[in-house]
Amino acid sequence: MTRIGRQTWDFSRGTGVYVGGVGTVAGQLESAGPLGTNFDFHLENDRVDGDTWEHSEQSMFGKAAQIALENARVASEELDVLVGADLNAQLTGFYLGLRAHPVPALGVYSACASICEGLAIASLIIHSQHGERAMVGTSSHTSTAERQFRYPTEYGAQKPPTAQRTVTGSGVAVLTNQPSAIQITHATIGKVLDYGIKSPWEMGAAMAPAAADTIAAHLADTGRKLTDYDCVATGDLGHIGHKLVKELLHEKGLTDTGHLTDCGMLIYDSSQPEVFSGGSGGACCSLVTFGHLLKEMLAGRYQRILVSATGALLSTVSTQQKDSIPGVSHAIVFERKDGM
Amino acid sequence: MPTWSTFVWAFLVGGGICAIGQLLLDFSKLTPGHVMAMLVVAGAILDGIGVYDPLVKLAGAGASVPITSFGNALVHGALQEAHLHGLVGIITGIFEVTSAGISAAIVFGFLAAAVAKPKG
Amino acid sequence: MSVTKAQRDNYQQLVKKHRPARTIVKNTIRAFIVGGLICEIGQVIQTLFIRYGHFKPTEAGNPTVAVLIFLSAVLTACGVYDRFAQWAGAGSAVPVTGFANTITSAAMEHRSEGWIAGVGGNMFKIAGPVIVFGVVSAFFVALIRYIVTHL
Repeated sequence: MTRIGRQTWDFSRGTGVYVGGVGTVAGQLESAGPLGTNFDFHLENDRVDGDTWEHSEQSMFGKAAQIALENARVASEELDVLVGADLNAQLTGFYLGLRAHPVPALGVYSACASICEGLAIASLIIHSQHGERAMVGTSSHTSTAERQFRYPTEYGAQKPPTAQRTVTGSGVAVLTNQPSAIQITHATIGKVLDYGIKSPWEMGAAMAPAAADTIAAHLADTGRKLTDYDCVATGDLGHIGHKLVKELLHEKGLTDTGHLTDCGMLIYDSSQPEVFSGGSGGACCSLVTFGHLLKEMLAGRYQRILVSATGALLSTVSTQQKDSIPGVSHAIVFERKDGM
Repeated sequence: MPTWSTFVWAFLVGGGICAIGQLLLDFSKLTPGHVMAMLVVAGAILDGIGVYDPLVKLAGAGASVPITSFGNALVHGALQEAHLHGLVGIITGIFEVTSAGISAAIVFGFLAAAVAKPKG
Repeated sequence: MSVTKAQRDNYQQLVKKHRPARTIVKNTIRAFIVGGLICEIGQVIQTLFIRYGHFKPTEAGNPTVAVLIFLSAVLTACGVYDRFAQWAGAGSAVPVTGFANTITSAAMEHRSEGWIAGVGGNMFKIAGPVIVFGVVSAFFVALIRYIVTHL
């Protein structure tokens, strides 16, 4: 198939794209959270084997990839492409974490929207028959994000209630052209939107306009309504960003936001320590989508879902130079195939 | 010698300076780094106009423990040396009185890095 | 079309509406209490140094500060300081214990990059502004004071 509208890629006819298997590794807080039991592997300590935070993240990514390959019953030699991302500078989580796999690799980056960017590109590769099997994943780690973007982890800075907690974990999926229970039917590529938010403590607010724009563009391109989806999940807007995107969608005339939720809200319970407005990070959307939302689909509770991962496009330097924070959001449609 | 009133004022003045810091953090977009720098400068200025030393006499640790006292100590060191050696003493004397704070922080910070890993 | 100024301004209003209010009164009271307590502990230590350490009252501030810095470094090394700092806010950041926490936490964190570039090169990452602006402002204050008294 082809492009519909300006931003949406249609994979629903021709060579189909299916989820062959997933692997999820969760850190301590995530394992203790409301979705904890859904994840395949739980870290006892966010520092793996006493090594550095960065090496711990790479280890998680590698472990999640290994589990995904086992679940999909695919060997890494059978993969045609590897697409992935993380939040570390120069994508060292992805490149160093998965370097053991002898597979052509494409690192991508759109901050916390990367998982959907990765899924879109991998789906395009399979659909256009440039490959038969792809592995897509993201990782993030609360301490690597903290020390890169904010402060040393033992520093006592008081965070405001709009702050979010970077998820420690990794979510990986193996995509294939062989039919399975879950099909990826569409991808909508988002535009970068800057609504002038400057505070790195308000990333939910920075990303909400991009989420609203991408969701609206997706519905316009496909001719669908919000109610055509059993669940519409944004990546990591958090509780406050979720309220904002709801209002923005209402302003666009999209008022049926009953099934709208957010992965950052789902992954933590507000009684857990220092989660503030909710989860964020490259693995937030991938852990919740692969670990929980797809399981809900397999259990028959969701037939068709739209996942719109959201990214805040700042750097360690940009906010210090008083730049505002643009946002981007990429969306993927997952559909349950009957009889599988 | 500190009296019982020093103990009361230590709490009130120390708490008060911290409360001012908190208000600055909550009412403005300033980072903790900005607020600490502002408080140090304030301590230096207050000593320059002769107000900080009486505060130390009154409140003891309530004035010498907050970061403002760092600014106060830097000015003291500078003026002490300037008194003895003229204008150049301002440069040669700045760190004289604050040695305890900076040396302790560097040494104990270094040792902590040697024995402990961050827990995240 | 790109985002217009009007759209941006409207959105800022929307964000403001949903921004949870910082609990300013609660934060200030907590900062006051914790800051006061830390200074109170300092006062006790200072009194001990005067009585048993034979320090003059004007000199006892120095070893007191050194002891508090030691305690702060220990609490930071144990991974405890940042926990209570979220609750205490400026109450833990403003006393000299906060200064020690910035240096200790940065040193610990960057040990993974080695001793020279990591610990040595990053120790003053957060404390730097305090030292720089303290020294620069003290220079000018002392200079002005000196000139004024010698006119």
